[in-house]
This record gives sequence, structure tokens and C-alpha cells, in this order.
Amino acid sequence: MLRFALAACLAIVPMAPQAMAADVTQFTLDNGMQAVVIEDHRAPVVVHMVWYRVGAADEPPGRSGIAHFLEHLMFKATDTLDNGEFSQIVEANGGSDNAFTSWDYTAYFQRVASDRLGLMMEMEADRMRNLLLTDEDIATERSVILEERAQRTDSNAGALFTEQMRAALYLAHPYRIPIAGWRHEIETLDRPDVFNFYHHNYAPDNAILVVAGDVTPDEVRTLAEQYYGPLEPSGVGARVRPSEPPQIADRTVSYEDPRVSDPYVVRQYLAPERDPGDQRQAAALTLLSNILGSGPTAVLPRTLQVEEERSLYAAAGYNGTNLDDTVFTLYNVPVPGVSLDEAEADLDRVVAQFLEDGIDPERFERIKFQWRADMIYSQDDVSALARMYGTGLASGLTVEDIEAWPDIIDSITMEEVMQAANDLFTETHSVTGYLNAPGL
Amino acid sequence: MFRVILTALAVLTAAPAIAQVDIQEVTSPGGINAWLVEDHSLPFVALDIRFQGGTSLDAPDHRGATYLMTGLLEEGAGDMNNSEFAARSEALAAYFGFSAYRDSIAITAQMLTENRDQAVDLLHEALVNPRFDQTAIDRVRGQVLSIIDSNQHDPAELASAAFYAQAFGDHPYGSAEEGTPDSVNALTRDDLIAAHRGALARDRVSVGVSGDITPDELGVLLDRLLGDLPETGAPQPADAPYTLSGGTTVIDYPTPQSTALFGHEGIERDDPDFFAAYVLNQVLGGGNFRSRLMQEIRVDRGLTYGISTFLVLFDHGPMMMGQFSSSNDLVAQAVEVLRQQWADVAENGVAEEELEAAKTYLTGAYPLRFTGNENLAAILAGMQADHMPISYINTRNDRVNAVTQDDVRRVAARLMDPEGLRVVVVGQPEGLESTD
Repeated sequence: MLRFALAACLAIVPMAPQAMAADVTQFTLDNGMQAVVIEDHRAPVVVHMVWYRVGAADEPPGRSGIAHFLEHLMFKATDTLDNGEFSQIVEANGGSDNAFTSWDYTAYFQRVASDRLGLMMEMEADRMRNLLLTDEDIATERSVILEERAQRTDSNAGALFTEQMRAALYLAHPYRIPIAGWRHEIETLDRPDVFNFYHHNYAPDNAILVVAGDVTPDEVRTLAEQYYGPLEPSGVGARVRPSEPPQIADRTVSYEDPRVSDPYVVRQYLAPERDPGDQRQAAALTLLSNILGSGPTAVLPRTLQVEEERSLYAAAGYNGTNLDDTVFTLYNVPVPGVSLDEAEADLDRVVAQFLEDGIDPERFERIKFQWRADMIYSQDDVSALARMYGTGLASGLTVEDIEAWPDIIDSITMEEVMQAANDLFTETHSVTGYLNAPGL
Repeated sequence: MFRVILTALAVLTAAPAIAQVDIQEVTSPGGINAWLVEDHSLPFVALDIRFQGGTSLDAPDHRGATYLMTGLLEEGAGDMNNSEFAARSEALAAYFGFSAYRDSIAITAQMLTENRDQAVDLLHEALVNPRFDQTAIDRVRGQVLSIIDSNQHDPAELASAAFYAQAFGDHPYGSAEEGTPDSVNALTRDDLIAAHRGALARDRVSVGVSGDITPDELGVLLDRLLGDLPETGAPQPADAPYTLSGGTTVIDYPTPQSTALFGHEGIERDDPDFFAAYVLNQVLGGGNFRSRLMQEIRVDRGLTYGISTFLVLFDHGPMMMGQFSSSNDLVAQAVEVLRQQWADVAENGVAEEELEAAKTYLTGAYPLRFTGNENLAAILAGMQADHMPISYINTRNDRVNAVTQDDVRRVAARLMDPEGLRVVVVGQPEGLESTD
């Protein structure tokens, strides 16, 4: 199957990496900084990541974009490093570095030769507490993040639509705001906003260290105690966010944009996420999204793309690794000549038929076997493993939860998947979105 | 005191790691070559197979044939229709990828050790006995037409289509590899069979392998997987004369931010000055914050989220190009800075400090590439497709280190042509107009 152009925009991750427990070690520093070490001695390379338990869903009201703005400003001057010097030193050592922001976390990483780990920790510890945040840097970088928003969102009809969908799906929870921020709010962000956000949230007791590659846990602990150990905790408390009220109405979002070439319909349901010690329903939903919408033999693409030829692309998506309520999504991009109303009816019909027919046992076995195989394949990319641990821990899970996940997936029965499907599709209120071009 | 300690550490540790990778050259009993990194720590193997030629093999009146053909390889093969093929690969937990590029078709595979023979048999069917069922052709054709249509609404695609059309005219490089709606609608099953017969042949294949397999096992695998392919394929395309002059092209498109693609003729990989050009590109716009253009246009002025340049190493028409996006009211200023910098580097080369930083980065980063089976297989296939010897890995950093400021100045004067620089801008830029 050709990689359909929209697949990338729709952000479907069919198989998340999984972990094998054997080579993972954890410890916590006295100042509260949590640490995880993943060993992979195949090449003399290490990935060093620091994750903060703060993201776009933790921003003060009216200050959207501040978590992401701070991510950019972390590459500016500290008490001891000049503007941009952090990345220059990483590059001078042959390394690469970057950072990313989500609703639940902000993370910074470098990939370097394993004998440079101490240097990376020294610099990362420095910018955890000693960022200068000059007015001039803030003004220039605000222009950069506005350009970033223009590039990623404002220039992309699908991204604008997704933003509107999310704002409709979450009635109260701050997951409704975009990570990049609303443009009119980004334009007003200033130094006191950023400084307060930084000072409160960037501290060892709100941070997770993940080191993966050609290192031993003892080496990492020694270096972490040396560089991160002296940092003072800030006493940041548990994250308290507005929660969703009962959703009692289905909603629709309709967005028209002349830049749309393939109109499509999306249905989103608020869905439970993985919680510490309680991951079975999320595991069942993970398998459900695979069964319905991942790969050419899945129910939606097989029925709508292959058998009926009514869709260019049909899929389902679910990502359970989230701090609060997450999203289960169905997509349908109809072939030319099939309207969005008909495409929505097609989704409803195929899902209803699935609820009646149940799961093909042979396919269920194939999916389970693939999950076991993915435990092997996923160890090929230690950076992806590091990212998976960081995401899980920053989303409220424990290392034990992350390591139990593959076995939980493996133990889920077809009945549990069908129960999860019934709960989701018959009892949950949803948002249906139509992305179209004017006049189509 | 912290700064002193930090700086000392940075200097002390600056000697880069050495690439630790042991490549074996394997020749199968049937005479097929592959490069192998044998590593038994994970029970799977990754393969990367490149067939030189790619979508540029399309006949002029069959544009899009290679692209559509590649998309159909996994849509039914041998005695399996598309659903049966997909179910079979799922049951084996084998992952296959089929991609068409301008100069190659790339096949990737990851296979578990426990069922590798069956996975190889399955991939063999896709490569040697694809069915090209009419229903699959029509369905995938619909997907391709949708991609062509969506490219008409993508500023970056519009920019590259305009640039390539002006640069290469009637050569395949001058048109979209997906084809046009008319050319794709006209493709027949026979056209796809011919494209398959011409593109997937043993005289143009490079194979990279990494993971849980011995050289002897790999020899057997190679003959089973590729031995039934024809010995020779279609003639490679002719060289593509570069026909674009300097100037500005503005393509009106209703969007708040303009997308710019810029460039001119480039340099061949086997040119004696290639390494100087490679280092020059790293200094100018090699993709990190330190580059000249990133510093001038993003860091100092906030005119873009990112700007990068790259050497486009097409087999038959190399280019030096770059791209960025800027809001419609800022893009003219960004283009002005770009042209100033292009002229400055062409005339003055780069500063010693910039050169040293680029060399330190390139030589330090190189050994860190060689990790992971999937990634290693891709590197090994790519090196062979580029006609590099295995020993290249051990000499590459020396060649980077040998580049002097004079070398960069010489190659900048020869390569970078401020008068010849074409900037294609898609959007509604303020203060920019087409020059021709």
C-alpha cells in the first residue's frame, strides 16, 4: 500500500515501541530527581534526556504557548554559557541535540559518544536553574515561534482543523489548547511569564533523567550525583488541572479551507488512558485501534478501501500514554464522488457491523504475534526506547507499569476488546469533524 | 569557575570516537554481492536493497509508471491476492517497505530469525512475481491521483515542481515522479509489467544487511531472494543538463507564510573538490543552529523557524539547494539576507572558526551513525549505490579534516553563483516579484 499523503498528517502511530525489562535500571537522587538507565552496548553512543513534568496543559490561563516558548529559550544564555553555546559544545563533540514539548511534558536530549555523558549532564544541570532570559532573546525568539506556528499550523489546513477539533473535544481540560499556543496569546508572552514558569517548574524534583546506550547504571548514578545531585528542589506539587465535566452532547465541527485537496471526516471519542496499576482498558483500546484501523487487513481499510473501494484511506488511532483523558479517533478519507455525509455513514456502518460480528480470531493471533515481535524490533533503536520510558514516566506511569505493558497487552482477550469497543462506541459522546474545501 | 571547568572538559574530550563497525563483503553462490554487519544480539535481520534507476527510468509517455508499479509490489504476488499477502506478512511479523525515488527503488525488510526463510519466500514473491491485478491497479491508481492532487495544494511541492521543471525541462528530473493525472490514468497493466521488468534487475542492485545472520546464511538468502530477477534491466537515463538561470519566481498561493526553495547547479560526488563542498555546505546551512544562514536569518533576526541547505546528489544532475519558510511580510527580507550571504561566501569563503567548528562536528558525528540494524543496513546499501569502497569509512574523516580554508574558498568561488541563484517563492510575499 502506498503511503497515503494524509497518513503523516493524521499522526497515527500503529505500534508504539515496547520494552524488555532486562537492561533497565532505575534510581532516585536525594533531591527527588528520578533516573532510568537503558543499556545497549552495541555501539559507543549514548542518548541523554531530561524530561520535565510540565507541558502545554500546565500553562496559566491566557498564556498558551509558554511551555513551548521556554523550550526554545533553554538554548539561550545561562550564567555561564553564552547564547547558543550549549548546542555549539554539543556539536563540537560530534553530538546532536534538540528538544520537544507536549501537553504533559517538555524534554531535552543529546545524542553523543558515550564518554561525553558527563559534559552533557554538566550543561543540562546548568540550564535547569541558571537561565538568564534576556528581553532581547525573548523578543527575537518570540518571532521564531510565531514563524514555527505559521509553518506547522497556519499553513496547513489539516493542522488548523485538528486544533479546532481538540478545542471542541475537551470542554474544560487544558488539552483543548494547542501546544504551540494560540497566536494572539503567543504575541503577548513576556519575560515575567516565562521566568515564573521556568523558576517554578524546572527543578530536579520535577525532572526525569533517562540515559540510554553504552553506559552502566553505576556510571550514570555517579555522574548524576555529581552534576544533578547539588541542585536544590523547588518543592513543586502534584499537577492539578481542570477536569472534564460529564459530556452529554455529541458535537460537530465543520471547517472549510481552499487549501484542502482530500476532504475527510474524523470522529473523536474521549477515552481512558493508561493509569498506574490500571492499564487493562487502555491495552484493550490499543488492540481495538489495531484491529479496526492499522494495516491493510484491519477492519476499516479492508472494508472501505479494498472491498468496497469507497475510501482512499480509512484508519483508527489511539495513544494511551497520556496523563489525563485521551482520544480514540476514526478517520475516513472518501474516494472522489463519495460525500462526507456518506463517508460518516460508512464509518458508522462498518463500526456497527464490527460490534455485531466481533473479532476475526486469526487476525487477533497475528496482532498478538506482531506485538511480541515488536518487543524484539524495538530494541534496535535505543533512542526510541529512551523516549518511550520518558513519555511513560512523564505521563504518570511507573517503570513497573511500563515493563508490565507488553504482558498486559498479551493477556487481553477478544471479549475485553469487544467490551471496550461497546463502551466506547455506544456510551461515549463524540465530536465529528468535517474538513472540506469551499464549494466541494 | 564553572565556565572554566566546562570549557576545559569540552576541549579535552574533543577527540572523536572511532567508527567501530566490521563490514563483511559477502558473495552468494549465484554471484550476488552484499555487505553485512553480523550482530547476533537481537534475533532479527534488517535488509536494505536498492535498485539504481528509480522513477527516472519512466518512458516519456509513461510518466508515473515506476512509482505506481512500486506501490503495487505488495498488493498481491504469486498465489496471494493483496489481502492474503498482507495477512501473510502480518502472520510472520515481517515488515517490508517499497519506495520509489528519482534515482532508485528501495526495498527494506525486517525479518525475525525464527521464521526468516518464510519471510524471504514472501518477499521473493513480491519482487519477482507481483500480480498487478487490475482491481489493485485501479485502487492504488486512485491513491496516486489523490497524492498528485494534494501536491497541488502543498507549497513545498509546488515550489519543487516549479524549480525542477525550469531546471531540467523534458528530462525525467523535470517532472513529478508520480506523473500527471493524464499520464497516470493512461497507464496499463502492460506498462507496469514493463516498468517492473526494467527496474528490478540484478545489474543495478546494492544490498546492505545487518543483524542475526551468518555470511553463509546470507549467501543462500541472496540467491533465493534475488536470483530469479533478470540479469539486466532498462538503460539508465541520460545526464540532465541544468537549464535554469538566476532570479526570482513567485507562485501565488493563498497562505499566510511563504515557502522558499532556492539553488543552482551543484557538484558531483566524485569531484576532487567534493569534500570541500560538503564542508562548505555544512558551514552555510548544514542543518544545525551554528550554520551561517541559521544564525543570520533565524537566530539574529527571527525571520524563519528554520533554514537549511543541501547538496542534491542526483546521479544525472547535481544541485546545491536550500529551503525555508517565512511569513509573507518577512520573506523579502529573508531572501535579501540569503542573497547577501550567498554572495559573501562566494567571494570570501568562510572564517577559520566556522570551518573548524564544521569539521569538528562532521568528524565527531560520523562514528555515531553506525548503530542499529535497520540504520546500518541503509548505510551499507547507500555506500554501495554511491560506489564507495568499504575502506571509505576509515578514510572519510581524514578527508574532511584535510579540507582547508583555501579549499573552501576555491570551491565556494567555483560552486556558489550569486547571479545564478534562483529563488522560488510560493505564497503571497510582500515586496517580491518574479524577475522573468
